[in-house]
Amino acid sequence: MPFAKRWPMVTMTNLALSHRLTQFRSQGLPVVVILLALLVAWYLGAWWLNAPGAIERVMPSDAPWTWQDLLISTLSMERPLLPAPHQVALDFWSSLVDWPLSSPRNLLFHVAVTAESTLWGFGLGTALGLLLSVCIVHSRTLDRALLPWIVASQTVPVLAIAPIVLVILGSLGFSGVAPKAVIAMYLCFFPVTVAMVQGLRSPQRMETEMMHTYAASNWQALWLLRLPAALPFLFPALRVGIAAGLVGAMVAELPTGAVAGLGARLLTGSYYGNTIQIWSALVMSALLGLALTSGVALIERLVLRNRSQP
Amino acid sequence: MKRTVKFSLVFALACLLGGVALMQMPAATAAAPPTPWFWLATTVLGLLAVQSIRWVAALDGPRIYGLLTAALFGLWVVYFWQLLVVAFEVPRVLLPPPALIVQSMATHGPTLWGDFVQTVLKAVLVGWALGSGLGFAVAVAIDRLPFLQRGLLPIASLTSTIPLVAVAPIAVMWFGFDWPSKAAVVVLMTFFPMLVSTLAGLKASGKLERELMYSYAASYTRTLLALRLPAALPFMFGALKVNATLALIGGIVAEFFGSPTTGLGFRISTEASRMNMPLVWGAIVVAAVTGSVMYAVLVQLERRAAFWHPSVRED
Repeated sequence: MPFAKRWPMVTMTNLALSHRLTQFRSQGLPVVVILLALLVAWYLGAWWLNAPGAIERVMPSDAPWTWQDLLISTLSMERPLLPAPHQVALDFWSSLVDWPLSSPRNLLFHVAVTAESTLWGFGLGTALGLLLSVCIVHSRTLDRALLPWIVASQTVPVLAIAPIVLVILGSLGFSGVAPKAVIAMYLCFFPVTVAMVQGLRSPQRMETEMMHTYAASNWQALWLLRLPAALPFLFPALRVGIAAGLVGAMVAELPTGAVAGLGARLLTGSYYGNTIQIWSALVMSALLGLALTSGVALIERLVLRNRSQP
Repeated sequence: MKRTVKFSLVFALACLLGGVALMQMPAATAAAPPTPWFWLATTVLGLLAVQSIRWVAALDGPRIYGLLTAALFGLWVVYFWQLLVVAFEVPRVLLPPPALIVQSMATHGPTLWGDFVQTVLKAVLVGWALGSGLGFAVAVAIDRLPFLQRGLLPIASLTSTIPLVAVAPIAVMWFGFDWPSKAAVVVLMTFFPMLVSTLAGLKASGKLERELMYSYAASYTRTLLALRLPAALPFMFGALKVNATLALIGGIVAEFFGSPTTGLGFRISTEASRMNMPLVWGAIVVAAVTGSVMYAVLVQLERRAAFWHPSVRED
């Protein structure tokens, strides 16, 4: 009886489908609706903001025109106050497709430049933060003398030091990736250190005492107990750190003559009043931020996949 | 040797006095080239200073000892910064000595005050208040609309990964070069953390308390005012504190993208390109002190407002 045999399977698929449908209705649908509303608001905003400029510059002053003409011209201006979404999307797409990867007109070229310094800074900053947090946990002097300053630095706009770092490294003869990576590094360093000190201290007294009864050395206790216990604290800090590092790398690209990188692309766009270029660069930096953070989240899921959720 | 509290503190004080004495040597003020005696004295003082910090750090007792250790460490770092930068004749571009920074802050006092007014009092405070207020208002408004909450929350959480400060050039185009464009950037940066935290806070009241309010036949507004908003206070203060730092960063960095000829960010970027590093450091000191003061004020406010919360109550 082939039909009867297949029947349960059909029900299963139906069940799975309806489950997915309810899941979409409760989680995906609201997000889609909000995004659509934002898109509509964007179009309305483009029309509203660009209309005065379009009436002044594009529409014929001697001949009559209808509101349809106005609508079309506001959404296809060359230097609009707010470019319409499709204009940004077209510019974004053409920058990816029409130019080779090595051309500064290709956005991916700038992404590569910015991502390189962000990742270097992220790696170095994380390594430095890990090292220092291990030292702080094992030294009472460092804990009481240095840690308060590192915690306090979280309330201070440390990004403001970026121009100083650029000047110092520039006068020492460093240029290119190094200064940007250093800025991204110190921005990553602070959150990682603070979170790791907290994480390395998170094992309970019973667990540390057990390590002690095993006659475990400090290194073994660190490797077998403290580091694994600190991982859930580390990853949120890494997500914060890589986002901060990206901002740092982009800011570091501003005063260096704006040659390459997403920050430079933003700045040249605003110099020449090329709004569509600014918006494409903005969308690209948002995508890069999302990609970097989801990269960290992916590593987190791989590393912590065997942990039960608390 | 058994060290007493008094011994450690007196030793630390004696080291500081030794530091003052060393400052009187001609090499410390660049009046004469450093002699071997100067180097010997500096090395000995360095070792003594490290030892004094270690002993003060080892003290058990009230919290003030911890703060004392940090203060002592900071003092010695600034001291050796001054001493070594002068003795080694490090170029000012690389690292100006602290005394020069203070001097530069004093001579450029009115300029820095103008920058402070422009960036902090106008752009940052207005943007911070508007952004946090809007985030709070939207969160309360959509409290009864779970559909909108489920739609907005994932988007709002994602914005923390996006370099929002990059909208600065667009803000300049829309609101001009002056402070409103910077305030707009700050509004955008502070809106989402406040929205997310307030939404989380409104869900933080316990089921028991909510059912108690229900059994009192308390209306929605009454429950909101008497239970749910007070329960959300620690979350909101957390966001306000994060936002204070974010707002300062936003206000300063937005000025890197273009600004009128005043403002902390403008001062930092232009004076850095003119290699006037003492003034750049001075502007950074102003920004750092502002950030710490804003944070401290918010902590005090939180202690007043959320006095019942365990994190405030424990001591």
